[in-house]
Amino acid sequence: MALDSKIPEGPIASKWTDYKNHINLVNPANKRNIDVIVVGTGLAGGSAAATLAELGYNVKAFCFQDSPRRAHSIAAQGGINAAKNYQGDGDSTFRLFYDTVKGGDYRAREANVHRLAEVSANIIDQCVAQGVPLAREYGGLLDNRSFGGTLVSRTFYAKGQTGQQLLLGAYSAMNRQIGRGKIQMYNRHEMLDLVIVNGKARGIIARNLVTGELERHSAHAVVLGTGGYGNVFFLSTNAMGSNVTAAWKIHKKGAYFANPCYTQIHPTCIPVSGDHQSKLTLMSESLRNDGRIWVPKNLEDAKAIREGRKKPTDLSEEERDYYLERRYPSFGNLVPRDVASRAAKERCDAGYGVNKTGEAVYLDFASAIIRYGKEQAKIKGLNTEDEALVKKLGTEVIENKYGNLFQMYEKIVDENPYVTPMMIYPAVHYTMGGIWVDYNLMTTIEGCYAIGEANFSDHGANRLGASALMQGLADGYFVLPYTIGDYLAKDIRTGKISTDLPEFEEAENNVRAQLERFINNKGTHTVDHFHKRLGKIMWDKVGMARNAQGLTEAIGEIAALREEFYRDVKVPGDMYSFNQELEKAMRVADFLELGELFAKDALHRNESCGGHFREEYQTEEGEAQRDDENFAYVAAWEYRGKPSEAVLHKEPLVFDNVKLVQRSYK
Amino acid sequence: MNLTLKIWRQKDARDKGRMVDYKISDVSGDMSFLEMLDVLNEDLNNKGEDPIAFDHDCREGICGMCSLFINGEAHGPDRGVTTCQLHMRKFKDGDTIYIEPFRAKAFPVIKDLVVDRSSFDRIQQAGGFISVNTSGNTIDANAIPIKKHDADRSFDAATCIGCGACVASCKNASAMLFVSAKVSQFALLPQGKVEATQRVLNMVNKMDEEGFGNCTNTGACEVECPKGISLENIARMNREYLFASVK
Ligand SMILES: Cc1cc2nc3c(=O)[nH]c(=O)nc-3n(C[C@H](O)[C@H](O)[C@H](O)COP(=O)(O)OP(=O)(O)OC[C@H]3O[C@@H](n4cnc5c(N)ncnc54)[C@H](O)[C@@H]3O)c2cc1C
Ligand code: SF4
Ligand code: FES
Repeated sequence: MALDSKIPEGPIASKWTDYKNHINLVNPANKRNIDVIVVGTGLAGGSAAATLAELGYNVKAFCFQDSPRRAHSIAAQGGINAAKNYQGDGDSTFRLFYDTVKGGDYRAREANVHRLAEVSANIIDQCVAQGVPLAREYGGLLDNRSFGGTLVSRTFYAKGQTGQQLLLGAYSAMNRQIGRGKIQMYNRHEMLDLVIVNGKARGIIARNLVTGELERHSAHAVVLGTGGYGNVFFLSTNAMGSNVTAAWKIHKKGAYFANPCYTQIHPTCIPVSGDHQSKLTLMSESLRNDGRIWVPKNLEDAKAIREGRKKPTDLSEEERDYYLERRYPSFGNLVPRDVASRAAKERCDAGYGVNKTGEAVYLDFASAIIRYGKEQAKIKGLNTEDEALVKKLGTEVIENKYGNLFQMYEKIVDENPYVTPMMIYPAVHYTMGGIWVDYNLMTTIEGCYAIGEANFSDHGANRLGASALMQGLADGYFVLPYTIGDYLAKDIRTGKISTDLPEFEEAENNVRAQLERFINNKGTHTVDHFHKRLGKIMWDKVGMARNAQGLTEAIGEIAALREEFYRDVKVPGDMYSFNQELEKAMRVADFLELGELFAKDALHRNESCGGHFREEYQTEEGEAQRDDENFAYVAAWEYRGKPSEAVLHKEPLVFDNVKLVQRSYK
Repeated sequence: MNLTLKIWRQKDARDKGRMVDYKISDVSGDMSFLEMLDVLNEDLNNKGEDPIAFDHDCREGICGMCSLFINGEAHGPDRGVTTCQLHMRKFKDGDTIYIEPFRAKAFPVIKDLVVDRSSFDRIQQAGGFISVNTSGNTIDANAIPIKKHDADRSFDAATCIGCGACVASCKNASAMLFVSAKVSQFALLPQGKVEATQRVLNMVNKMDEEGFGNCTNTGACEVECPKGISLENIARMNREYLFASVK
């Protein structure tokens, strides 16, 4: 099937408006006769479910957690971008669009990103109207900060808990509709397959995770807002339950999977401490506004620190290497994530790492504390030379800005970051790849949509900070409600879809067979055992830096591991009960297929771009070397029975509004 | 560290349940409490025993999914943290640790340490929102300035993660702290004032209907709340409620 991105004609700035003026609408009385399934209640799914219900559709919403409020989106810390230009520092729709396309290393679709920038300002208005308590200045107006990869302050935030507050906003909008009976909420339910009738998505098979029963749910359209697949690495900053299952199941049913290898590695995470570790914790990127990143200048000092003979505070300014400020004078510590991550890896690989394993660099707030302290002392008319006072005042400012992050760090590492600099290291964070969708957010299966992190569309190869939340809410509140209406307008006479159709029967039987297979397998190793091994292959060979040889090995190793998994995995308990091991087994099975496609995608992309770094393709200075001639396309994979047999389709990316240049943050 | 764990096992909602002893060795202080349980579960699973069910997701103290009553305290001995943020360095070699579910009539046990907290959702569905359309046709976000102080206090109330520790640690199994946090968040914002009366009545009535107990101002909830939600919110809710009832 040829890919048709359905990008509207006309100049970029008016595409979305023109589009909305010409789509089909569904009359309110007819909306009552139309059912929509929304899988996922994060920012994307939650906002979509609420909005569709408010428009009048019957919505059935699903999440595997015990409440929609607990979706992974809740964990987002730093903030959400919007081109409001409240700060008067030169922001605009175009500039947000431009920064995002550039930050995505020119591997995102222009039309989508422009639409995202257009609706971004509206998101903030919407959330504030819903009672989301975003940070304010003393004058009562909203406050902003800046994030990596941009030169303006356009990030709105709620301390270090922005995702939580935005999600609670969407959750409250959902609650309003649940209360009115317009949304039927299915907590602790997991979608395990998509049902296609006459080529159209018409329902899902879900497992009630409490009773283990399989359920059939029908609808006129199915929307996936099921998040990202970073947990294929086992260790990541994602919530433990985040998985690829829903996306992978629709992929197997015909939805193309785009750019699976585009993974964002986040530079500021708490380093790995041991084998027992189950996940990695992010320290928000906003910390880079005030924290300075460094390692010792001399190898002996680094060694002394690792062996506990020296403390970071023992080193003078001259003995420290603020390597980001040195290499990238104009962006300094605020370079984009891929650049900051690789720079940290480069220093650690060269022997300058500062924790026991040699995989950590410092994030230091000492100079910010002094700077803020002096400012406060001045404002309050106190002695700016009193060192203790200045430190105290400065610490208060930092605490006010990042208190909960500092507390989180202290709990995990058992060190006070106000006194000793934090240790950080890159970790897998966000996936820019995902289900391929057209401009309407529809997948290659008719009537099946993908929104938020589950789709691929807006971020290219390196998402800039604070833009995932923006995309999730833009898709859910402001884009999908229009585009899906255009599709559903054809369905007003269809009537209820029966769940007795043979297609439902067949899908349910397949899911049951898979579940039974695990229960009856009685192997010798646990699900986690296999997941950890998969994660290790992924991190070592498909992680921050990749090369053809490693990728080729990884493909073979993952396929072999998958076979072993099916032969030897052991899942206790039974199918018709609350069985967390069985839930994991179903998810890891899909990771074991995705992982292979991921490596295959990375292998075929003979260039470096953003979060995809192929060691063979770098500039003399070690920066990512794109190949626009040959790779300015979206790689959309079609499932053909096995990941190794997946067929590549290319959606060429056309850049009419931004010029493709080497990304430089110097 | 070597530890003895006494853990509540209950097959499903109908089962009576009992405490069962487990031994665990080589626990490192850097592990989180849940990672320690992961290790135990891996071991049980390898031995062919049913692993212990417990709820969790984000493992960084924000989703509110983890629970656990540890040595008689919700989320364990450390202050201001959830169970996933509790680290084993808070325990000593040779300790015996009691691990039970969050018990309350309105939180029925699903299995082992997992309870059903959907009553919290239903309270919010009864009124924990501002009735604004999600159409995007709202006024500019800066059209109504909000005092930083009010916005901050609203934010503080809004940081409740809905974990239920307040209910579990209250001798009356009252949900006042949780409900008051939500009521306060909106009560402190101009946007939330319009339907404040109806909101507080609906939410409080729903809370009673769900089988939560009364608040007798013992304050155990505030002590055990991982997010430092303050009793002030309960006072504010009581004022709102009183005001709404006489209206
Ligand atoms: C620690 C952290 C900090 C972050 N900070 C920021 C930030 O500051 N700014 C920013 O812009 N982005 C940030 N991000 C990224 C951002 O949070 C995510 O990309 C975004 O929230 C994803 O939203 P979503 O709605 O697409 O998916 P999610 O929030 O992941 O929601 C997925 C939903 O799908 C459901 N689901 C999944 N599979 C199934 C299934 N099979 N059946 C039923 N339900 C299913 C889940 O239950 C859940 O409800 C951060 C991410 C992390 C991990
Ligand atoms: S008030 Fe505190 S203890 Fe109660 S649910 Fe909220 S965060 Fe948990
Ligand atoms: S697992 Fe999310 S708060 Fe503990």
